[in-house]
Amino acid sequence: MPLLTVDELTVTFGGRGRKDVRAVNGVSFDVDQGQVVGLVGESGCGKSVTSLALMGLLPSKGVTLGGRAELDGTNLLSLTPSKMRDLRGRDMAMIFQDPLSSLNPVVPVGVQVTEILQRHRGLKGEAARKEAAHLLDRVGIPDPTRRLKEYPHQLSGGMRQRALIAMAVACAPRLLIADEPTTALDVTIQAQILELLKELVDQEGTALLMITHDLGVVAGLCDQVNVLYAGKVVESAGRRELFAHPTHPYTHGLLGSIPRLDAPRGEPLHPIRGSINDQIAWADGCAFAPRCDRYEMECLTGTPELTEPRAAGHHARCANPVLATTEVPA
Amino acid sequence: MSLLELDGVKVHFPVKKGILFDRTVGHVYAVDGISLKVEAGQTYGLVGESGCGKTTLGRAVLRLVDVTDGSVVLDGTDVAKLPEKELRSFRRRLQMVFQDPLGSLNPRQNIESILSEGMAAHGIGANQEERRERIREILAKVGLPANALSRYPHEFSGGQRQRIGIARALVLEPDLIICDEPVSALDVSIQAQVINLLEELQESMGLTYLVIAHDLAVVRHISDVIGVMYLGSLVEEAPSDSLYEEPLHPYTRALMSAVPVPDPEVEERRERILLHGDLPSPANPPAGCRFHTRCPWAQPKCSEERPELTDAGGGHKVACHFTREIQDGTLTPAGSDAVVIPAQAEAPAEETAKEPEPAAPESGEAAESGDTSATASEDVSEDVSEDVSEDK
Repeated sequence: MPLLTVDELTVTFGGRGRKDVRAVNGVSFDVDQGQVVGLVGESGCGKSVTSLALMGLLPSKGVTLGGRAELDGTNLLSLTPSKMRDLRGRDMAMIFQDPLSSLNPVVPVGVQVTEILQRHRGLKGEAARKEAAHLLDRVGIPDPTRRLKEYPHQLSGGMRQRALIAMAVACAPRLLIADEPTTALDVTIQAQILELLKELVDQEGTALLMITHDLGVVAGLCDQVNVLYAGKVVESAGRRELFAHPTHPYTHGLLGSIPRLDAPRGEPLHPIRGSINDQIAWADGCAFAPRCDRYEMECLTGTPELTEPRAAGHHARCANPVLATTEVPA
Repeated sequence: MSLLELDGVKVHFPVKKGILFDRTVGHVYAVDGISLKVEAGQTYGLVGESGCGKTTLGRAVLRLVDVTDGSVVLDGTDVAKLPEKELRSFRRRLQMVFQDPLGSLNPRQNIESILSEGMAAHGIGANQEERRERIREILAKVGLPANALSRYPHEFSGGQRQRIGIARALVLEPDLIICDEPVSALDVSIQAQVINLLEELQESMGLTYLVIAHDLAVVRHISDVIGVMYLGSLVEEAPSDSLYEEPLHPYTRALMSAVPVPDPEVEERRERILLHGDLPSPANPPAGCRFHTRCPWAQPKCSEERPELTDAGGGHKVACHFTREIQDGTLTPAGSDAVVIPAQAEAPAEETAKEPEPAAPESGEAAESGDTSATASEDVSEDVSEDVSEDK
């Protein structure tokens, strides 16, 4: 049984008199023990809202959740707030995008780390401090005892993200959710953080749900990749399979849009035309159809289903998928 | 003669302390001696991480910040020494496209007003009607509808706003356009649209760009010449292809190896250099080579003497004492916490076994082409691994 099962998750924000916004529109995926699963998409595709819904961090008012999300048999969507607090940080933890605003600026880093150890592991005083220092050391922060006394603004961006990771892994959670953990960082620091995440997954057997817009990061890290568009998974496959044979026109377009460092110079980019539409309307056809070069009349009626047009385990939500290898952008 | 020539440009910001008397207690060496040339009709890409001074350099070219030392010569005129009055009219020839498309457009001005303001100030077009005509032309060129004229910035998407920013630069017919992170605020699919637009405009209008960005892949895609900055100075400058094929400076190699490539096969095989620690503060830069604190190949000489940018052949300039030694492998990475993982010839066997058999009939072809690419990279990577192993 997978560690995390997300089945037809929907998140709807009440529109205060205006039309409701369905940010997540039936997202399904599994995360196995020790697996790295990627959720990829552009801004507005619902990837962050999915992660917040799983962590129970969406406001209780004005938000309607639907579908099912189970962590090891526990339904995350129906947990009481106090039960959720017990679970959060102990069984599942999250690493946020912006390390500065995710840390409390007026509390030393050490206190913020020991807080979790007290809450979930019952460690106190010297024992908690020792464990906190050990954790900072574990994530590669030099001189951890001194750093524990410092405030977030005294750390560099990369170190703040390391501190955040230390807090997330403090109770050895079975599932880590990382929401754009390296977007705010420089590439050389990003490489360090990704290496650290890889190491944690390999050594501790933690499952990692990686949320990112960067297909390059996914290519180096994830075992299984889910591509989101307008609140739905449009393609899902193993990493090698997805990058070798992108089947949904959107994935195909994304890969064609990225300037590659190793591509011969002068090779033109193939952007996707238009931009993502606010009015997400999967009910009246494929939401990607207005931007798609391959759309046909049948794309405009009804929601396309996830099928396996290419290979077993490689799902795509498209009536007219890209199947020939010749069409793969270089 | 080059269109833009920078010679020994320095921009130092004083760090002040005290309430009554502002004592200068030090300087932030944001840009510390940069010389470069931008040829007309070409794109010069300036790449580096945050805090390396690339944006300050761009602003110094426009004289939005004053240059502490050195000269910025555009077409024979030194911008750094131009009197205030002449500078104003001279700025028509130097335009900038900013990073944040929304933040750089006045939310209370409609597009016509935004675009015609600069034209009126510089006396382009006899009257508003003439200017409107010109603006319509430019709007069509950047791919915006003519009815955009009466609309406001908030009515446009991010990509469209960046097009407005580009149009605002274009209406003044500048000689040089400085693009400061022109696409970093945009989603990848929109990014590609804007990059293509910049390229098309360059082709059809013969524009010259100075592109400042942190994304090496973007810079490599659009630039003819690339300069790599680290802590206020250029560490390497080379034609785009030569920089990619043969990065000479250890920092460029590390930077390149850190840029993720959306291809698992490449990701697993290529050389990777993990630098240790963070960028040192530009207020207190290390002595000698600025990079020696993080360099895997650092030697005692590096902390004493600052290397000059010297030509290593074919217009490929590099600022490193040990370029040749690192290249031919007589110097091995040591004495630093940085990790160098040489490129691997093939993916690990168990990983390959896991790959599901593609069902489609063209799989044979795909496998074949995969093989050839593997052998091609084998040659390259063998060289690298030999370099490292020889000296162990």
